[in-house]
Amino acid sequence: MSDDIKPRLRVPATAKKGEVVEVKTLITHPMENGQRKGPDGKIVPRLIVNSLKVTYNDKPVLNVKLEPAIAANPFLSFFVRVEESGTLKFTWTDDENQSWTAESKIEVA
Amino acid sequence: MTEIASLTRRSALLAIAGAIVARNAWATPDATRDWLASQAKGTSKEGKITLKAPEIAENGNAVPVTVSVESAMTEQSYVKALYVAADGNPNPGVITFEFTPASGKAEVQFRTRLAQTQKLVAVAEMNDGSLYMASREVKVTIGGCGG
Repeated sequence: MSDDIKPRLRVPATAKKGEVVEVKTLITHPMENGQRKGPDGKIVPRLIVNSLKVTYNDKPVLNVKLEPAIAANPFLSFFVRVEESGTLKFTWTDDENQSWTAESKIEVA
Repeated sequence: MTEIASLTRRSALLAIAGAIVARNAWATPDATRDWLASQAKGTSKEGKITLKAPEIAENGNAVPVTVSVESAMTEQSYVKALYVAADGNPNPGVITFEFTPASGKAEVQFRTRLAQTQKLVAVAEMNDGSLYMASREVKVTIGGCGG
């Protein structure tokens, strides 16, 4: 199942120095909230992506803690201030401690 | 401050209503306040936060929400954290953002699940420890918790 979990990013490739750019992320994940009953009438156990950590050139930018109230395929949009060229790195972690990473480079013109 | 007072009165009324209707063991405004208090200590003021969500959400499975907090986002003054809760879901917590000055702008978008018509509450914690709060009611036509 973890094969079809894929992070997607929308990050601008270039920015001016000091520019605050918008970043959009999505990870395909069912986000089982632990409330739903399966076909057998039993509650499907909770399995959600519970954390997203974002760093720029290994410096922390944003940490997000997700709860079961976040919709399936969690979409997040936020901002990053870019002072120098570098790599924006994203790490998602789920309840089973599996993690997925994605990177995107931003060039300061 | 007025928000806190009205929340208390509302939750008192809801507690009475709950005793009669025997609601499920779901979050209540009280539980929501407790959850928010467990995340950020102190009294929150109104202002600084803009909480955008549709007035009526046909499908509670994915309700788009935008929250922005006024802040310069510099080393001297920035938003440390933003907590979002929903007072009619099985659990009050929705999402927590921990910002740094490198975030540049404290504005986020996400999609939430809402089980029924309820109030979204956002609390922002500034780096100096002050708290700001905003809330917004969303009417839900079809709940988003599976069943």
